[in-house]
Amino acid sequence: MVSSRTFLIKSRKPHMIDPKLLKKDFPIFQSHPDLVYLDSSATSLKPRSVIEKEREYYEEYSANVFRGLYQISEKATEEYEESRSVVATFINAKNPDEVIFTRNASESLNLIAYSLGRKIMKSGDEIVTTIMEHHSNFVPWQQLALENGGIFKVIDINEEGALPLKALEQIISKKTKIFALTHISNVLGVINPVEKIATLAKKINPNIIIVVDAAQSIPHMKVDVQQLGCDFIAFSSHKMLGPTGVGVLWGKYAILDQMFPFQYGGEMIEEVYVNKTVFKKPPLKFEAGTPHIAGVIALKEAVNYLKKIGIENVRKHEKTLVSYAYRRLKETFSDGIHITGPRIAQERGGILAFTFKNYHPHDIAQILDEEHIAVRAGHHCAMPLHQRLKLNATTRASLYVYNTKEDVDKLVDGLKKIERMLK
Amino acid sequence: MSIYQDLILDHYRNPHNFGPLKKATAKYSLMNPLCGDKIEIQVVIKKDTLTAVRFLGEGCVISKASASMLTDFAQGKSLNQLKALDTQFILKMLGVSLSPNRVKCALLPLEVLHKLVVKNG
Repeated sequence: MVSSRTFLIKSRKPHMIDPKLLKKDFPIFQSHPDLVYLDSSATSLKPRSVIEKEREYYEEYSANVFRGLYQISEKATEEYEESRSVVATFINAKNPDEVIFTRNASESLNLIAYSLGRKIMKSGDEIVTTIMEHHSNFVPWQQLALENGGIFKVIDINEEGALPLKALEQIISKKTKIFALTHISNVLGVINPVEKIATLAKKINPNIIIVVDAAQSIPHMKVDVQQLGCDFIAFSSHKMLGPTGVGVLWGKYAILDQMFPFQYGGEMIEEVYVNKTVFKKPPLKFEAGTPHIAGVIALKEAVNYLKKIGIENVRKHEKTLVSYAYRRLKETFSDGIHITGPRIAQERGGILAFTFKNYHPHDIAQILDEEHIAVRAGHHCAMPLHQRLKLNATTRASLYVYNTKEDVDKLVDGLKKIERMLK
Repeated sequence: MSIYQDLILDHYRNPHNFGPLKKATAKYSLMNPLCGDKIEIQVVIKKDTLTAVRFLGEGCVISKASASMLTDFAQGKSLNQLKALDTQFILKMLGVSLSPNRVKCALLPLEVLHKLVVKNG
C-alpha cells in the first residue's frame, strides 16, 4: 500500500497552503535543496505519493489491464478504472466513460482533430482558434483546414493580451464547425472567460463544437466541465503533479460515440472478421494498445493530492504569489522589465513571461541556472503569439504549490546579477 | 564553470568588427528562428582571401562573442582555411563547455561564414 506521508495535513492553517511544508512532499528538493523551480508550466514536480504509486503498480500488481483472468490483473484493471472515476469526479464529468486516457494534452487535441474533425469538416467550413494558442491547439486545426478545404480563422488579442469578446461575434458564424481555445495562455497567463465565451459562441451557432485546452488550468484552479459549457477539454497529467506520458481527453459522450476511432489495435475492438470490425464504445474505442498503466494509476494520487490541499487553495496561493512577483519585478526594474499579459492577478494564472532590457532570454535563463533557478526561455511553443507580440523570445517564470515568496525574491536577485554581469 | 567568462563578456560588451563593411564584395546572413538570433557577415574577398570581415546582427552573449572572435580570426585567411573550420575550433576558441542548446548559438556565426565562403568560393 502507499504510505503517503503528506505534510500538508500538519499545517496549522488548513485553508492555506504552506509551500515550505509542501516542499517536504517533493523528493526532488531533497536531491536539490537549492532548487528554485519556476517552470511548472512546462512540467510540474511530483510528490512522493505519486512516485510511490507507480512503484506500487510495478512491484505489487504489474499485469496488463482488462484481459487477465487472474488476481493481479484484476487489481490492475480496478486501479486503472478507479483513476478514470477519480478524474471524472475531479472535473465533474457526468460519467467516467467520458474520460479518455491519452499520452498527453497534445495527443488529446490531435485525437479530436482526427476522429471528429475528419468526420464533420467539409470544404468551406470554418475552424476558429486564437492567436495565443500553444502549437498543440493551433497546428492540428490549421492542418485540418488545409487538408479539408476548410477556412482557418484566428481571433486576435487586445493590448492587454485578452480575447475581445466582441471579436467573437465577427468571427464565429453558422459555418464554424469547431472553435478551439485555451483556458489559460501558457505565455500571457491570461485566464480566458471560457464560460462566457462558450455561451456567446453557442448563441451564434448552437451546433459549434467547443474544444478547450485546459493543460494550464486544471492543475491550478477549479475546472467544472458542466459549468464551462464546452464539448471537449484536454489536459496533461505531468503538469498536475502526475506522471509524464499520460494525458486526458474529456468529451460529451454523445459526440464521442459518433466519432471515428483514433487508432486501431488491441483493447479497442469488440469483434474482428476478415471483412469487418466492430469497435468498442467510448472510452475504450479511443484507447488502442496497452496504455501507460502505471502512469494512469499514479495520476489518481496526483488528483488526490490536489484535492487534499484543495484546488481553490492552490488558486489562492498562486494568485497571491503572482501578484507579489509582478509587484517586486516592476518595483525593482520598472520599465526595464516588460511582462506580457494582464496586470490584474484576478485575470492571470501563475505565469509571468517577460523580456528584460535587451538581454537575450537564453542568457537570462542560463545565468539564473547558475543560481539554481529554473526558468524557461524561448517561444514556449507559441510562435504565432510571439510574432503577434513582435518578440523573438521571452523568459518565463511559472509558479505552483511548492513555490514561496523567497523563490520570487531569488528570481529578482538573479535578475539583478544579470544586470551587473551584462551591462 | 560559468560560460560567462571575462573574455566572452568582453567580446559581448565590445564586439570586434561590429557594424557594416564599406565596399563589401559579399555578405550572408542566417537566423535561428527558435531564439531569434540573427547574424550577418560582410566581407571583402581578394584572390581567395578575406581581406576584410565585419558582422551585424542581434543575439545572445554566446553568438555575439563567437561572431566577434571568429571575425578576428578570419581576417587575412584563405577561403580554404575557413572552410576547414569546424565545431571543435569554435568551442576551443570560446574556451568554455556549452550545453547542446548553447552550442547552436556558438555555431551560428561559423555557419554563416561557411555558407558565404561556399557561395563565393
